[in-house]
Amino acid sequence: MPRKTKPKLAVWKFASCDGCQLSLLDCEDELLAVADAVEIAYFPEATRASLKGPYDVSLVEGSITTEHDAERIHKVRRASKTLIAIGACATSGGIQALRNFKDVKQFTSVVYATPKYIETLSKSTPIADHVFVDFELRGCPINKMQLVEVISAYLNGRKPNVPRYSVCIECKRRGTPCVMVAHGTPCLGPVTQAGCGALCPLYQRGCFGCYGPSDAPNTRSLSEQWKAMGQTPKDLARAFRTYNAYADAFRKEGDLHEG
Amino acid sequence: MTKRTRQDSETPDIIESRDFQALFDSLAKQGYRLVGPTVREGVVIIDEIAQVSELPIGYIDEQEKGTYRLTHSSGSAFFGYGLGPHSWKKYLFPPRMRLWQAQRYNGSFAIAADDSTDQEVQPLALIGVRACELAALAIQDRVFMGDYPDPHYKAQREQLFIVAVNCIHPESTCFCTSMNTGPRAAGGFDLALTEVLEADRHYLLTQVGSDAGAKMLEAVPHRPATREEKAAADTLISRAAEHIERSMNTRGLKELLPASAESPHWDAIAARCLACGNCTLVCPTCFCATVEDTTDLTGENAERWRLWDSCFTTEFSYVIGGSVRASVKSRYRQWLTHKLSTWVDQFGTLGCVGCGRCITWCPVEIDITEEVRAIQAQHAAVSDGAGRKKKDAHA
Repeated sequence: MPRKTKPKLAVWKFASCDGCQLSLLDCEDELLAVADAVEIAYFPEATRASLKGPYDVSLVEGSITTEHDAERIHKVRRASKTLIAIGACATSGGIQALRNFKDVKQFTSVVYATPKYIETLSKSTPIADHVFVDFELRGCPINKMQLVEVISAYLNGRKPNVPRYSVCIECKRRGTPCVMVAHGTPCLGPVTQAGCGALCPLYQRGCFGCYGPSDAPNTRSLSEQWKAMGQTPKDLARAFRTYNAYADAFRKEGDLHEG
Repeated sequence: MTKRTRQDSETPDIIESRDFQALFDSLAKQGYRLVGPTVREGVVIIDEIAQVSELPIGYIDEQEKGTYRLTHSSGSAFFGYGLGPHSWKKYLFPPRMRLWQAQRYNGSFAIAADDSTDQEVQPLALIGVRACELAALAIQDRVFMGDYPDPHYKAQREQLFIVAVNCIHPESTCFCTSMNTGPRAAGGFDLALTEVLEADRHYLLTQVGSDAGAKMLEAVPHRPATREEKAAADTLISRAAEHIERSMNTRGLKELLPASAESPHWDAIAARCLACGNCTLVCPTCFCATVEDTTDLTGENAERWRLWDSCFTTEFSYVIGGSVRASVKSRYRQWLTHKLSTWVDQFGTLGCVGCGRCITWCPVEIDITEEVRAIQAQHAAVSDGAGRKKKDAHA
C-alpha cells in the first residue's frame, strides 16, 4: 500500500563529530530511496530547508555535554514521535566521555585561551540518560547499512535486524580467521557488539570496540587473556577507554585497570 | 555417488607428487569447482583453488588451546599442516543464504523465484578432507538430510567429489582417536590419499572409495602400490594415531551430562567463557541458524535470510518475555550437553568428532576435553562420597 503522507524525518546534532550524520549522506545508492521514503524535514548538515515539528522520526547524534543541550534534548524529544539515538556519542557519551574520569576544569584551563568562556558539564552523557530513547544504533561511526535497516524497519513497522551479539559472529560468518588466536593480536571483538561487519579483523587488526559492549560482555575473562598475551593494565585501561569509555561494562573494566 | 565398499585387501594406487596436478585438472575438466586448503593471512583456510601450488606446501602449524601459529618450512609436503578454522560445512550450510524473496502484489504478496547466486549448487570437489571431517559430514548429513531434508544441503551434498587425506600430522588439540573418527579415513570419500614424503621420493598412496573415484583416477597417471609403499603409508597413519595427545572418555557421558546439570563446574566455566560463539562457528557439526526478515525502504520487497547462529548468543533462546538461557553458564551447559549427550537422542551419534577446533579457536583457551574431565571427576567424587555415606548408613 502506498503511504498517504511521507513520515517527517529530522536529524539533530549534539556533541559529536558529525560522522554519524554523514553516514546518512554517505548512503549514496540508498540516499535517493531514503529521500523518497521520508520527508527530510530538518537536517542542517544536508539542507537549509527546515520544516516545523512535530517529527515522525528523529535521528539524534551526539552526547549531552552542556546545560543548554540538556534542555534542548527535551525539546527534541517533545517534538519527536520516535527518537533514535545514533552513534557512540549518543548511546554512551562518546570519546568525549573521557572527561568523565577527570576534572574537566583542568582540561579547559589547558586547552582554551579564555577558559571562563567555556560552559560545559562535568560529564558527557548519552541521550538515554536524559530522555526516553526508542532505539539505540551503536557504532563510531554507525554502519550506514544498519542505519538504512533501522529506517526501513521503522517505515515498515517491524523490528530492526540489529543484533547485540559479539563481533566474533561476524568474523566467523565472513571466514575471517581470529586475530587473537592466529596472531596473538589483542582484540575486543569477543566483548563488542557486532554491526561493523568485523572490519578491523578483516584487515588483521584487533577490534577497537567502536560498537560498545555486546549483550553478554565477559570483560574480566578477556582482560585476563590479554594480560597473558603480554598486555599491561595500562594497555587494558586504554583499550576499554575509547569511543565507548562510559558504556557500563567498558567503564567498569577500564576502572579496574587504571593504575 | 555410489560408494564402493572399502576392502582392505584392495591394492591402493600410487600417484607421484608430480602427477598430482593431473587430478586437479581432471576434476576441473569434469566440471568440478575445486575447493581446498590454502594460506591467507597466515592461516590455512578453505577456498577455491585450481593448482597444486596453491596448497599450503611446506607449511606447518602449531596449535594449542587458544593458539594457532603457521610457519613455512623448507619441506615440500602438500598436507603437512593440521586443520584450520574453516570447515567444509560452509559449502553445504552457507553462513548467509537467502531463503526467498517476495514482492507486494495486489494487497498481498508473491514469493519470487530466487536468483541468488549464494545458493547456486554446483559440482564441488573438496580437496584434503581429513577423517574427522568426513565424520562431521556424516553427522551433518543426519541433521540436514533426515526427516525434513534441507533442499540446498541435499542438492549440494549430491554434487560432491571428496578427496580425503589421511592425517599424518595431528595437532596437540586433536582427539579423533577418542571419538573413533580418525586419523585414517574409513569411508565416505571418492579418493583417499596418504602423502608419503621420503628423502628422495614424494608420492600419494591413493585408495579408491567410489566408482566416481575410480573413474577419476583413470585420468591421472598412477600404478598399483607396492607392499613397501603401502606399509610406509600405514606406518605414518599409525604413528599419527600414537601422537594424539588429547583424549576424551565418552563412556557414560550421555547420562552423566544431564545428571550434572547442577554441577558447580558450570560456574567455573562461565567465569571464563566469553559467550562469543567462536567454538560453535568453527565446529564442523554445529548447525544452528537464525532467520532474518528484511524489507527495503519502499516496503514493496521483502527477503528472508538464513544466517549462522550460535547457542551462545542471548538472542538465540529469546522467546516472549526474554531469553530462556540468560546466563552464560546455562549456554555453555546447553552446548556441551547437546554436543555430547542429547545429540545422541536426536541423531543417534555424538555431535563431536574430536577435530579440536573449539579448543584452538577459543580466545580464552577453554578446552572441551578438560571441561568434560572436570565434570567427570566431580561426579566421581560426589558419587564416591554418596557411596561412602550409604555404606556408613548401612553399617
